Amino acid sequence: MKAEVQSPTRVRSRLDLGGGTSHLFLIIFLVYFLIPLVWLVLASTKTNAGLFSSFVFWFDKEFNFFTNLKDLFARDNGAFSLWIKNTAIYAVGASVGSAIISALAGYAFAEYRFAGRGLLFGIVLASVFVPATVFAVPLFFLASQTGLTNSLWAVILPAFANPFGVYLMRIYTEQAVPQDLVDAARVDGAGELRIFATIVSRLIAPGFVTVLLFAFVGAWNNYFLPLLVLAKSELYPLTVGLAYWNSLSILPGESQVLYSLVITGSVVAIVPVMIVFLFLQRYWQGGLTLGSVRG
Amino acid sequence: MQSTNLSISQPTRLLSSQDRLSRMRRSIKRNAAPYLFLAPFLIVFLAFMVFPLLYALRLSLFRTRIIGGTTFVGLENYGRAFMDSDFWDGIRNVLTFGAIQIPIMLGLALVFALLLDSGTIRRLTIFRLGFFLPFAVPSVVAALLWGYLYGQSFGPLAQIAHAFGLPPPPAFLLTAAGIIPALANISTWQYTGYNMLILYAALQAIPRELYEVARVDGASDWHIATRIRIPLIMPALFLTIIFSIIGTLQLFNEPQVLRVLAPGVINLHFTPNYYVYTLAFQNRQFDYSAAIAFSLAIVTAILSSLVLFLTFRREENS
Repeated sequence: MKAEVQSPTRVRSRLDLGGGTSHLFLIIFLVYFLIPLVWLVLASTKTNAGLFSSFVFWFDKEFNFFTNLKDLFARDNGAFSLWIKNTAIYAVGASVGSAIISALAGYAFAEYRFAGRGLLFGIVLASVFVPATVFAVPLFFLASQTGLTNSLWAVILPAFANPFGVYLMRIYTEQAVPQDLVDAARVDGAGELRIFATIVSRLIAPGFVTVLLFAFVGAWNNYFLPLLVLAKSELYPLTVGLAYWNSLSILPGESQVLYSLVITGSVVAIVPVMIVFLFLQRYWQGGLTLGSVRG
Repeated sequence: MQSTNLSISQPTRLLSSQDRLSRMRRSIKRNAAPYLFLAPFLIVFLAFMVFPLLYALRLSLFRTRIIGGTTFVGLENYGRAFMDSDFWDGIRNVLTFGAIQIPIMLGLALVFALLLDSGTIRRLTIFRLGFFLPFAVPSVVAALLWGYLYGQSFGPLAQIAHAFGLPPPPAFLLTAAGIIPALANISTWQYTGYNMLILYAALQAIPRELYEVARVDGASDWHIATRIRIPLIMPALFLTIIFSIIGTLQLFNEPQVLRVLAPGVINLHFTPNYYVYTLAFQNRQFDYSAAIAFSLAIVTAILSSLVLFLTFRREENS
């Protein structure tokens, strides 16, 4: 905006000429990005019959959202509420744990010069590029051998190892924590742990929230690992549960009921993440800036 | 280095033995501190990344038969993978997918980022948020959603046909020819906004004075974009390329969910990751599935380093 004001009028008028086309172009794509979500929300207000008979991009005569919601939570003895609970435990546990662990490790890399620092950080960075599949099959083995397949820990614990989080926290700490401040605290006789707990933790809070946010969304939306390692349907997160119901919907006689359940369930599944993103905008944008500009 | 700072700030006098002792204790504490801060991460990193990786590697070097038990077979599983047309079918599918989807997605992301950064777009936040919103949708839900939109039963296409009293059109996107574009569209819908924001963040970091200087020199907007703005965000652009390649090679969720709608088109080895899943959890061939997973990692590494190599060569030439 500032650049536009400062630039000469000649340039501005030329830019404005292109502005109309640019806006049109962007609006067309805004429709493309939003209309499937609009469709989903509209579809969740319809009965099964209404899905087939009413106009796709408008409400049906009957507003059936709350009935759908009731059916959703009643199905399979309340399986859906279990899945929500599992997803919440998984996402909160994975994000809080991995953000704390990443913040501590990021601070170690940013603040101290120690033997093996370069090599270790190199290994951590390289692990970001290893496809998750390679870990998934052995993680299933480890989980089944230790009996973890019957517990949400099987998906929470692996999420604690978050190399990208460590990378982000290192960069953030280097930017946000002045070395003089840490040195001054040392002169005053503060211990290393106390310096971190009282001074550093406050300064790196925004970076911490960014890592927390991305880990939360990553866990909330994860499908592959829970699908592999969780044995019982009572432990499923929303993603695995919805895909499971969807796979049942092709069975003869089932489709009618399950379509609207899967659709309504999908709406319920995306709402928390949308809210988190809308309210914490500042933080995910901060994370993207850190990851790209310095990366 | 840090201990010198400390000694300078202290008055220069002969240290009593008690002082010396406390200084020593503090210095030991400081030397141990980084390892203490690192310890939680190192434990989970070793337990949930390094150990599984080694475990999978070991697994891939063995073969379990019903008769004869588990035997060490060296690289035999990899030889088998190399000759396995099911594996290469999957690789071909994801490469075709990537060749279509990555340029479209990143091309769009780049154009959006350049436009949003140009300072001429009104209601910037609406576009930035709106484009990014699909990223918050789980890929399972995205696949379900688009599956319905593509489908014959109550998707918009079916409805339009119905409105004109026509029979529902064939779900052409869920055919052998249409499935790759259908999947490419889902990923483009989900991840364009995310990549746009990475590029946008990089563009915002460029000092505006550069453009002013270029304009004074008579550079057009096109020149400023292609000669200044894009070259300056190359590191961010390559980051998005590498991550897109890795993501593409690991494609699993969307085909696995869409298979319900198109079981005849999406087979159980449609992508390498799908093949790993099938081998492990349907056929119980864990050793061979580990070998396929590693082969996929090798292909990923080769492709990523190829991109890096081509990038650096081009940068040296220019």
